[in-house]
Amino acid sequence: MFYPVLFLLLLSIVGFYLNKNKSVYLSKNQKLASLPAYYGYLAFLYIFVPAIIIWLGLLIGKSFILQNYLILTLGDSLSIMNSDEINLFMSKVKNLSLGISFGNETDLEKFAAEKIISFDKIFSLLTYLVLTLSSILAFLIARKKVIPNFKSQRTVEKIVNRFIQICSLIAILITLGIFLSLVFETLNFFSYVNPLHFLFGLNWSPNKAFVIDSAETIDKDILRDAFGIIPLLGGTLLIAFLAMIVAIPLGLMSAIYLAEYAPKKIRDFSKPVIEILAGIPTVVYGFFAALVVAPKIVIFGKSMGFEVSSESALAAGLVMGVMIIPFVSSLSDDVINAVPQSLRDGSYALGATKSETIIKVILPSALPGIIGSFLLAISRAIGETMIVVMAASLQANLTINPLEPATTITTQIVTALTGDTEFDNPKTLVAFALGLTLFFITLFLNYFALKIVKKYREIYD
Amino acid sequence: MTNLIKRKKAETRFQLYGIFAVSLSLLFVLTLIVNIFSSGVGGFYKTSFLMEIYFDQKLLKLEDSPSSEQIEDASFRKLISHNFKENFSQYSKDEIKQIKKLFYRKIDKETQSYLLKNPEYLNQKVELLFTASTDIDQIHKGNFNRNIPEKQRSINNFQLGIYDQFIETGKVKKVFNKRYFTSGDSRDPESAGVASSVMGSVFTILICFLLSFPIAIFASIYLEEFAKSGKVTDLIEININNLAAVPSIIFGLLGLGILLNFFGLPRSTSLVGGMVLSFMTLPTIIVACRSSLRAVPPSIREGALALGATKNQVVFHHVLPLAMPGTLTGTIIGLARAVGETAPLLMIGMVAFIMNVPNTPLEPAVGMPAQIYLWSESAERGFIEKTSSAIILLLIFLIVVNFVSVYFRKKYEKKW
Repeated sequence: MFYPVLFLLLLSIVGFYLNKNKSVYLSKNQKLASLPAYYGYLAFLYIFVPAIIIWLGLLIGKSFILQNYLILTLGDSLSIMNSDEINLFMSKVKNLSLGISFGNETDLEKFAAEKIISFDKIFSLLTYLVLTLSSILAFLIARKKVIPNFKSQRTVEKIVNRFIQICSLIAILITLGIFLSLVFETLNFFSYVNPLHFLFGLNWSPNKAFVIDSAETIDKDILRDAFGIIPLLGGTLLIAFLAMIVAIPLGLMSAIYLAEYAPKKIRDFSKPVIEILAGIPTVVYGFFAALVVAPKIVIFGKSMGFEVSSESALAAGLVMGVMIIPFVSSLSDDVINAVPQSLRDGSYALGATKSETIIKVILPSALPGIIGSFLLAISRAIGETMIVVMAASLQANLTINPLEPATTITTQIVTALTGDTEFDNPKTLVAFALGLTLFFITLFLNYFALKIVKKYREIYD
Repeated sequence: MTNLIKRKKAETRFQLYGIFAVSLSLLFVLTLIVNIFSSGVGGFYKTSFLMEIYFDQKLLKLEDSPSSEQIEDASFRKLISHNFKENFSQYSKDEIKQIKKLFYRKIDKETQSYLLKNPEYLNQKVELLFTASTDIDQIHKGNFNRNIPEKQRSINNFQLGIYDQFIETGKVKKVFNKRYFTSGDSRDPESAGVASSVMGSVFTILICFLLSFPIAIFASIYLEEFAKSGKVTDLIEININNLAAVPSIIFGLLGLGILLNFFGLPRSTSLVGGMVLSFMTLPTIIVACRSSLRAVPPSIREGALALGATKNQVVFHHVLPLAMPGTLTGTIIGLARAVGETAPLLMIGMVAFIMNVPNTPLEPAVGMPAQIYLWSESAERGFIEKTSSAIILLLIFLIVVNFVSVYFRKKYEKKW
């Protein structure tokens, strides 16, 4: 797949040297407008940029061309199939052409697979041919520019600047991609389920959508109370709340102690060690929550006389809280350190003790920033996936009891999309609607958090 | 006076809260690491039994000095059951069956590989090491309590008696589990390894680096050095900040919706995984690169401009090389985070059961974290240990990477 790119790079480098050598030769007799290397760069860019665009176009268009080619060659036999059957046929034939066989292929499919193999060969040959031709053409144009008064440096810089400008647009493209992919599939989902039932429904039992597979017509009444997001939202908030109960006091107190009290030695040791918690992959926390913390909580609960589920919200929440401690502490640390020394000095001068200064002067003046850091931490907790996938339950349960099982938005996204994914079923499509909801919630929280922090910074800067 | 004492007490109390919070946080780190390491180190070892095997030519139906293909084709089942009958002749048929269950299910394959490596064993009696079954392995390592009632464990009392006999005669050995590092995933904990997932992670991160590093650098250069403040630039800034805070699973949905469904890229491959992770890593690298570009003093730029360099030459020849150490540190941190990321990879199907070690980024693969997830979901006890061992490997890797980045920063970073 990537050999054409290497091939192009090779051609471009050859073009670079040919052009450079010619300009070096020219520069012996007369003065050139730019350094010889820039004539080389010009050839490189002229060859590489258009060709790579052509290559990408071919790559994207390939499956489309292939499909039409097959329909043309097998026209009669395919015309009796409906679109679902054609899709199935295509994927089966593609697998067969890659050598993956299940032994139950018809002659037609085998024939089509052979066609695909020969098509692939011709197509890759054609790709190389097109790329070579465009390279030669581009090189000839670049070659003509090797004349004393052509300012190749300026042209090269213009192209480079344009290129890096496009690179910077990629952030917008990614956001747009996220938004479009989520919205597109969500609309698809809403064609099955009324958005109001989704947003305000109190029942979450997506397995009901299985009924659709057997019945020809979709019974919208069944779907009516199968996809209510409220229990998921409840579970998500419950677990995030539990996480905050752990993370906020520990993180904030650690930040205060390390910023105001701790001797330099302890500070230099503790800060990086606590930061380790932020660097541990979330799957490790998930493992820890599911296999170490959850069983301990069950045993402890039993000894206290409580009935605790082995997939309780508590286990996931506690471990998530530990994960978020460094997040809260480092953000709060920044804000506390940003409070001007003069405020502290003023408070001490009035006879306040250190803790009084902290509680009555520093924290109130750092409050917006601290709240901002809390909001960021909450958004992190809501979007966290692996811990809840591994430790929380799959069963939706609208409860505020942390000892009961609860499920979250992220857990349900994962459940909906792992395993068999068919994109004509609300059971799968709901993942995108959940994703969109999650995207908006976190966006909203982050926006507010950043705004608060920014506003606060302006006061003291 | 009492008021003063009260205030003093409140002060001490407040300090104690702080100490308590810090020490509790440190304790969490300690618990986590100690717990993972103590339960995972055992996974690098395996329990094996010494047993005499007579490589009977007739039972294997082999000619004299057989070629390796012939050995590969031969069935070792008969040989194994015959040897078990010989070695444990005092037991009944049913008991021998139970003894056999103390060994790894694929003992015939193990015997075969011994013969493949040492063809001279044919028609000889040799004492060789055979992998124990995962149940015995867990008992031997002390991960499983053997004193619980017989009905609740997979090893019965007779089997435990045989195992104790093995221990007394010195036939139980703990050996380094080489297979753990060389083989891919397996249904049996005895032969499951991390090689395929390590390779999957390597490919994924390589793709992620190749995509995100150049694009991030170019984007930062443009934003920091060339862009005029305007609506588009503001929009880009907002988007970069937002992307850094989007939950990772959303990127997985992007990969599924756009890369797989729209562009039709192959599912479960490290190519797509790397692309998805590069979307996440981009903002991190851009932020790091921009702040190190900003840290380069204007005197460098002005000096270069004064010597007649164009704006592009100033940036690419002078400013960028000076900003490189900081950018690289940020890149390493971003990539380290990407290595441990699991959720987006679940979305694009990189959680498959992969036995073969992938050779290209276009083959289906899993990464290390996804392998950890898969194993931890497994009901078999032996896999829990494997999971912890994989976590140890991952953590060691991350620690090394972090040290490298700190070293980079210390060595190359300039204070202006």
